[in-house]
Amino acid sequence: MSFFKLLIRNRLAFAGLIVMGLVLALVIATPILPLYEPNVTDTANRFLKPFEGGHILGTDHLGRDLLSRLLWGTQLSLAVGISAAVFAAFFGAAIGIVAGYFGGTTDNVIMRGVDMLMAFPYILLALAIVAALGPGLVNALIAVAAVNIPFFARNIRGVTVGIAHKEFVDAARLAGESHLKIILTEIVPNVIPVIVIAMSTTIGWMILETAGLSFLGLGSQPPQADLGSMLGEARSALITNPHTSVVPGVMILIIVMAINLLGDGVRDALDPRLRSGALTRPRPATLVEREGPVPAPVESGTLVLTDLQTQFRVGERVYKAVSHVSLHVAPGECLGVIGESGSGKSVTALSIMGLVASPPGVIVGGSAIYDGTELIGAPYSKLRSYRGDKVAYIFQDPLATLHPLYTVGDQLCEAIRVHHSVSKAEAWTRAVELLKQVRIPNAEGRAKVYPHEMSGGMRQRVGIAMALANDPDVIIADEPTTALDVTVQAQILALLNDLRRERGLSIIFITHDFGVVAQLCDRVAVMYAGRIVETGPTQEVLDDAAHPYTRRLIACVPELGEGRRELHAIPGLPPAVDRLPAGCAFAPRCDKAQTLCQVGVIELEGGASRKVRCLYPETDIAGMAKPVAQVPELKKGAGA
Amino acid sequence: MSVALKLENLSKTFEVGKRLFREPKARVHAVRPVTLDVEEGETLGIVGESGCGKSTLARLLVGLLPPSEGLIEINGAKLDNADPAEFGKKIQYVFQDPISSLNPRKTIRQVMEAPLRHLHKMDKAARDARISEIFASVNLREEFLERYPHEFSGGQAQRIGIARALAADARILILDEPVSALDVSVQAQVLNLLERLKGELGLTYLFISHDLAVVEAISTRVAVLYFGTLVELGAAEDIFRAPRHPYTKLLASSAPVVGRPLVNPEGKATDLPDPLNPPPGCAFAARCPKATEICRKAPPKLEAVEGGTQKAACYHPLSEGEQIFG
Repeated sequence: MSFFKLLIRNRLAFAGLIVMGLVLALVIATPILPLYEPNVTDTANRFLKPFEGGHILGTDHLGRDLLSRLLWGTQLSLAVGISAAVFAAFFGAAIGIVAGYFGGTTDNVIMRGVDMLMAFPYILLALAIVAALGPGLVNALIAVAAVNIPFFARNIRGVTVGIAHKEFVDAARLAGESHLKIILTEIVPNVIPVIVIAMSTTIGWMILETAGLSFLGLGSQPPQADLGSMLGEARSALITNPHTSVVPGVMILIIVMAINLLGDGVRDALDPRLRSGALTRPRPATLVEREGPVPAPVESGTLVLTDLQTQFRVGERVYKAVSHVSLHVAPGECLGVIGESGSGKSVTALSIMGLVASPPGVIVGGSAIYDGTELIGAPYSKLRSYRGDKVAYIFQDPLATLHPLYTVGDQLCEAIRVHHSVSKAEAWTRAVELLKQVRIPNAEGRAKVYPHEMSGGMRQRVGIAMALANDPDVIIADEPTTALDVTVQAQILALLNDLRRERGLSIIFITHDFGVVAQLCDRVAVMYAGRIVETGPTQEVLDDAAHPYTRRLIACVPELGEGRRELHAIPGLPPAVDRLPAGCAFAPRCDKAQTLCQVGVIELEGGASRKVRCLYPETDIAGMAKPVAQVPELKKGAGA
Repeated sequence: MSVALKLENLSKTFEVGKRLFREPKARVHAVRPVTLDVEEGETLGIVGESGCGKSTLARLLVGLLPPSEGLIEINGAKLDNADPAEFGKKIQYVFQDPISSLNPRKTIRQVMEAPLRHLHKMDKAARDARISEIFASVNLREEFLERYPHEFSGGQAQRIGIARALAADARILILDEPVSALDVSVQAQVLNLLERLKGELGLTYLFISHDLAVVEAISTRVAVLYFGTLVELGAAEDIFRAPRHPYTKLLASSAPVVGRPLVNPEGKATDLPDPLNPPPGCAFAARCPKATEICRKAPPKLEAVEGGTQKAACYHPLSEGEQIFG
C-alpha cells in the first residue's frame, strides 16, 4: 500500500493533515489577503473586542489588528520552527551518520560531545546561546536548532550503526566505493525515513520552543509579531482582555496538535514494522471462519488433522498457505513433514493449536482432533489448557523462544506451574530433572544460568526440556535442528528419538532435510505450495518416490560420500500461494506434465499408507485410478 | 598449476574489553596462524562449525578485516594493507544472505555499476556492454536491472550477488555459505551455475560452508577448521570417506545420511572450548577418544599423514577405516 493511502487511513493523522493544510494555505495567502497592516498602532482603538470596529479578532494593547498579526505571526513562527527542525535534522543526522559509520574512537569522541550538550537542561542551554549571541529571531532559531541536534544525532547514530554492519555496505567497499560515496549512496538513502520520522514528531516541539523564547522576549523583537511574542505582550492584559492571549494561544494549540497528529501518522505509515500490522494486537487464538461443515476424520491416532485449510488475508489478497491437509500421528510414532520455504509446513503445525497470528491468518476449514476433542474453533480456555500440556512445540531458534531475562530453570518452573499447582521447590526439582533428561551436564548448575550463557545446542536442549515439562502426548518440532551444527544436530536427533521410544511420544517433525527424515521418521508427508503431494512410510517414499516433485527434490540434495558431481536442479520457482494455478501446482516445473495436469483439482489418491497427488506418478501405487490409460489421446497431444 | 592465493601464517586476534592505557582484558584467537595454498582453477572447500573462524578467515581474505599477523599473496603479489578497493580487483566475495547484501534502495543496475565504475573506471557504454555480458552468463534477464532487490526471490538475488562479484573481474571468488539461505531445489541451480562459470571464466573458488555434502560435491580439495585452526586438508573425495583427523571423522559420522541409522557419535553433550580460556594443546583433545598426554600440552602441526593424501594436525591420526565414534 502506498504511503499516502496508509496515512489517509489513519483518521487522526488525516484530520491533522487537513488542519495543517488549511493553516499553511492561510499563511501562504496572507500577503494577498485584505488585512490591516500588522504593525500600525492605533492607540485610540486599543483592546477592541472581536468584531468591533471592523477588526474580526479585535485589537491588541496598541490597537493593532489581531487577525493580521496572528496570520503574519503564524507565518513567522512556522518558518522559524520548520527551519530549526531542518537545521537540527541536517546537522544532527550528519553527526550521527559520521559517528555511526566510522565507529571506534571517532564515535566515542563525537558522542561524548553530544552527551555533554545533552547534560544541560534544554531551555537553559537555549537561554545561554541566545544570551551569548544576543536576542533576535535568527539567534533564537540557532538556539532551538542547536538544542535539538543531540536528539537527532543519537537517533541517527543508532540506525547508522545497524546499517553500517549490513552486508551491502561490505559489498560496496569491495566494489571500490570511497567512504564518502558509501555514506551518500548506501547509508543516507536508508537513513532518510528515520530522519523524516524524527522530524515529523519534533517540528511541533520546536515551534513551541521558539514561541517560548519569543515569549521571554529573546526571540522576535517588537514590533514584529510571532506567536510567542504575541502571547508575551498579551500577558499583562490576561484578566482584563483575555481575547488577546486566547487568539495566539489557540493558534499554537491548533498547530502543535495538528503537526503531532500528522507526525505520528507519518511515522506509522513510514515504519515498515508498523506498516505490516505489527502493532495490531494478535488474537490469543487463530480466527476460525469455517466455509463448510466440519469434516469427519478418516484416520485415527493421537492427533488427526483432516482437510485443514489456513489462509492469510492481506488486503484483497488471499494466500492459501495450507489447502486440505490431512495428517495423523499415532503414539510413539514420528511423522516427518518435509517441504521448502513457503510450502505451508510451519503454518500447518501452528494451525493445530491456533497459534497462527490473526490477523492476517484465518482457518477456513478442517478439523484437528486430539484425544477425541476438536481443536479447531475450540474455546481459548480449552486451547490454552492443552497448549504445552498435551501438545507442545519446539521451535527453530531457541534463543528467540527463551526469555532473555529469566534463568532457564525459572522458565521451566513457570511452564510446569502454569498447568500444575505445585510449589516452587517442587517445580525446581522437576526442572532440574528435566534438564538431566535432555542430557545437560551439571543440570543443577545450568538451571541457574541465562539463555545467552548457553551454546546453541544447549539452548535447544532447554527448548526440548520445556516441551517435555508437562509430559505432553504430542510434540510438534518445527525445524528444531536447522540452526545447529551437524555434530550438535546428531545429538539432538538422537535425544528426540530416545524420548519418543521411552515415553511413547508422538512427534510431528517439520524439516527440509531428507537425511534427517530418513533417520528419525517412520512416515513422511511431502508438501508443495500448501498441499500434501505425497505421503507414505519414509523408506518407501525415499526409495521409490511417486510424485515427480519428491523424486526431483531428493535428487537435488547432495549426499555425503558420493564425491564430486553435478547436482540435479529443479528449474523454476515454487508458485506464490495467492496465485495458485489450476490443477497441479508443480506442473509448470514438471517435465512429465500433460494438459490434464493443469485443469481441475487433483486428489491425493492411493492406499491406506501410501498416497500421491499426481496423475502420472513415477511409480505405481496400489489403489490409484490411471487417467493415462483412460485418455491416451491427450497424452499424445500434449507431448507433441 | 600456479598458486592463485597464498596464505602464510595468517591469523586474527580480537581484543575483548579494551581499556584506555592498559592491556585489553582478553584476546580471542578467531583465526590461528593458517598457511594454505590455493591453486588456480581449483575449488577449495572450507568446512567447520559455527565459531570455527571460517567467516573471519573469509573477511581477512577480501580485506574487510586487517589480519593480526601473516600475509596474503595473490598471484605472487603481496597484499598487506586491508583495503577492500585494492583487493576488489583480484578477489571478490559472495555473501551468505543474498537479499541483505543488496542495498534495498538501489536498483540492480546501480548495484552492478558500482564495481565497474569504481574499480575499472569504465564509461557508460562500456559498463552497459559489460553488464549485459555478465547477466547473460548468469542467466538473468536484463529487465531485472531496473528493479529493486525486494522484488527477487532468494535464488535470483544470489545470482545477482554472483553477477556483482563477477563484474569486478576478479579471478578468485570467496563464496561464504552462498547457498545455505536457499531452498534445496534452488540451491542446486546456484551450485551448478557456479560450476559452469568456473569452467567458462577460469575462476578459482574458496567455498565456505557448514554443509559437508555440498562442500564435497563442489570442491576439489577441502580444508576442515576447528576452533580457528586448520585441522585437516585433503582431496574432496578422500577427506570424508577416509578422515584422518578425529574431528573430521566426527563431522562425517554426524551428518544425516539416508539409509544410515540414527547415531549420536559422541554419546554425550559437548561444547566448544572457551575462546577466552583456550586449552594449551589440541583444541579437540577434550572431545577426542584418542587424546593422550601430549595432545593436551602442545598443539600439533599440520603434516602429511603416512599412507594418505591428506594433511592432518594430529598426533594420532586415524588409519583408513578406523572407527572411533558410535
